[in-house]
Amino acid sequence: MFNDLPQKFVQDFIEKERWKYITSGLKTTLLITALAVIVGVVIGAVIAVIRTSHDQLKGRKHGTGMVLLNVADGICRLYLTVIRGTPVLVQLLLLYFVFMVSCQSKVVVAVTAFGINSGAYVAEIIRSGIMSVDIGQMEAGRSLGLSYTRTMRLIVLPQAFKNCLPSLVNELITLLKETSICGYIGLNELTRGGDIIRSNTFDAMLPLLAVAAIYLVIVMFFTWLMGKLERRLRESDKR
Amino acid sequence: MINVNQLVKKFGSQLVLDNISEHIEPGEKVVIIGPSGSGKSTFLRCLNLLEMPTSGDIIFDGQNITDKNTDINAVRQQMGMVFQHFNLFPHLSIMDNLTLAPVQLHRMSAAEAREEALRLLAMVNLSEKADAYPGQLSGGQKQRIAIVRALAMKPKVMLFDEPTSALDPEMVGEVLGVMKGLAREGMTMVVVTHEMGFAREVATRVLFMDEGKIMEQGTPEQIFGAPKNPRTKEFLSKVL
Ligand SMILES: Nc1ncnc2c1ncn2[C@@H]1O[C@H](COP(=O)(O)OP(=O)(O)OP(=O)(O)O)[C@@H](O)[C@H]1O
Ligand SMILES: [Mg+2]
Repeated sequence: MFNDLPQKFVQDFIEKERWKYITSGLKTTLLITALAVIVGVVIGAVIAVIRTSHDQLKGRKHGTGMVLLNVADGICRLYLTVIRGTPVLVQLLLLYFVFMVSCQSKVVVAVTAFGINSGAYVAEIIRSGIMSVDIGQMEAGRSLGLSYTRTMRLIVLPQAFKNCLPSLVNELITLLKETSICGYIGLNELTRGGDIIRSNTFDAMLPLLAVAAIYLVIVMFFTWLMGKLERRLRESDKR
Repeated sequence: MINVNQLVKKFGSQLVLDNISEHIEPGEKVVIIGPSGSGKSTFLRCLNLLEMPTSGDIIFDGQNITDKNTDINAVRQQMGMVFQHFNLFPHLSIMDNLTLAPVQLHRMSAAEAREEALRLLAMVNLSEKADAYPGQLSGGQKQRIAIVRALAMKPKVMLFDEPTSALDPEMVGEVLGVMKGLAREGMTMVVVTHEMGFAREVATRVLFMDEGKIMEQGTPEQIFGAPKNPRTKEFLSKVL
């Protein structure tokens, strides 16, 4: 099994420039992950703010603003239930074969699917980040005459974001690994790249091990970054 | 200046403020005392609507602030509040803590707000802390900053909710000192405190609260020297 390794290596990666399946796949994986994280954080932040302000203002405010907030909160809850209650692969397939059939770019479909999926998890991360900020911060802001939204934006959210940064990096890691299912819609990301080499050369071990190693290195990098971030944040709390 | 009419506050079915009517004149220093759970904080927090009264009116400067058409943010700019746990903004420098609201609410330009902040910091002997962060300060320093943060908005009234209760004993004096200075300058103040020495020295009027009612009130001499209500007597015998 191992004595023909050098020969297999040449066949898997060098011949016909097969290594390009890996590099271009990696690029696609990173692109989808990065864009999906941005979409996810935007969706997540909006939902988190709607849900917490709904909970905090409930029973204190009335009028059309509150009616709208009630409706928005209902929609957010439905979204969270559906997205977290179904597999991400099913969501991806539904978008690709049903809701976004007319979309030309598979990358756009993947980013949409993973962004929407990640948004549901990010929403809960940010929401618990907001709730972890002492209620006295909101009261102090309001007592100075700042409005609810301004206090949220200038005082609560910066602290909430800091509190949940490590969890957000964790979500990024999860997302990176989840994008490996994009092969189901024929999108050539990293995993599919390795798999294409396997089907061309009939050698499964080297290409798939290479793919695994690349994921591992990226994940380890982010884990290291998260550790550093957490230490830095702990120090800045003491300052 | 503040007119409270038949104020009632319930949390669920629990009656916390039981039909309170009270009048606070400009320049008065009203000190509220009473046992734990008697509704002192709730009363104070109703004055700037951090708690929404269940019923009753609060008139501030001729404006009914419980009316839902009142711009409560504009009203709160006139009322400073100091909390037991300081509630400084930990992610902002001391300078930014002081200038955030005045600048955001267009009360002053950034340069004016800075100048005013430096003046206030000098007043509480913390000029050298302008660029520090709240986490670097002692409790007494934090509370002095919290007081001047409220003053930076140039309020007409200052509300204090047990401003020294979370402090180590050796730091109580420095905070009370700032409050006494404020009182001398003529600020209208409403103070919930367990510092009876401060109440005797500074208060123009002492309110004794129990079970959501103002049971007795009068000058410090009357309340501490010759209390009439048996509840007041009992309370004072415990704390003095
Ligand atoms: N947000 C709230 N929800 C429910 N109950 C509350 C709330 N805030 C206060 N209470 C209740 O209202 C009553 C009065 O509370 P309040 O904080 O006004 O008392 P206090 O006189 O300030 O007491 P202390 O001296 O301990 O600060 C207490 O029984 C308290 O449990
Ligand atoms: Mg209290």
